[in-house]
Amino acid sequence: MGVDQPLGDNIIATSLDSLVNWARKSSIWPMTFGLACCAIEMMATGAAKHDLDRFGIIFRASPRQADCIIIAGTVTKKMLPVIKTVYEQMPEPKWVIAMGACACSGGIFDTYSVVQGIDEALPVDVYIPGCPPRPEALLFGLMKLQDKISKERNSFGSAIGLGERLEPAA
Amino acid sequence: MAENNRAVVMLKERFGDCVLDCKEFRGEVTVTVKKQRIVEVLKCLRDDLRYNFLTDVTAVDYLGRDERFMVVYHLYSIPNKDRIRVKAPVCEADCSIDSASGLWNTANWLEREAFDLMGIIFNNHPNLVRILMTDDWVGHPLRKDYPLQGPDREAYKGRLS
Repeated sequence: MGVDQPLGDNIIATSLDSLVNWARKSSIWPMTFGLACCAIEMMATGAAKHDLDRFGIIFRASPRQADCIIIAGTVTKKMLPVIKTVYEQMPEPKWVIAMGACACSGGIFDTYSVVQGIDEALPVDVYIPGCPPRPEALLFGLMKLQDKISKERNSFGSAIGLGERLEPAA
Repeated sequence: MAENNRAVVMLKERFGDCVLDCKEFRGEVTVTVKKQRIVEVLKCLRDDLRYNFLTDVTAVDYLGRDERFMVVYHLYSIPNKDRIRVKAPVCEADCSIDSASGLWNTANWLEREAFDLMGIIFNNHPNLVRILMTDDWVGHPLRKDYPLQGPDREAYKGRLS
């Protein structure tokens, strides 16, 4: 390295974006919001055996404190306005995970009462297939979301009001 | 046999021609009555024969029959540990029947469900509005001619669709 390190190992040179992204991806706080059987797998993922806490992922009981919503289950047309309200109550930046076949596409419920995929209403960042997905799949999806967050640009600038946050191209 | 059932004997005696049919299948007694006297029949069963618990009110769509709908009441007698099923045919042109909510409060929501999903009008119901579907929903989804995948999609054709 061409840089002298007069302060020893105590200094890390990085960009502010990387710092902000690292902080965000290491403390994804999802909204506690289960809709159907996928929610059971989501709870199992949060419990001792799979332990979401080791990723810094802690379920929050209030949308005001959450920055991620995991759509875990079948979205009925009657539930959709509720989900939209919860999503709108979450502060920016916020991410959406569609967990399982129903949230991705309506799944087996191709019927009058079911929304055919939550992406009709919310901007989905990660789709997790499965019916329901195992906890490993949800963990993988969350790690994909972490990868996505860590590639965002201008995340510091947008936080202090300079320009827009740039999400990585899919 | 259903004809020997105490409740059936009593209903036939009191309501005569209004009892259209009575059947017993695997120990379950079913009485079909005319819809005009349904509340009287239910009241008789509740007060005189102690079928004091209304388990369910629902409706069946027999699409193609003259009397398209059948409103079904399931009664249970808590003291006698006995069940009876009462049915009343309803035609599509006059798709209404008197409400049993004056006899059992539980009929209130059960009848709202039958109204919401089947479109049966319950006369004298205190609050006949939708209970499961959204308030602005058009149509009654459990009717056989309702398009399964929604009003904006063509009718379901099994694996072809």
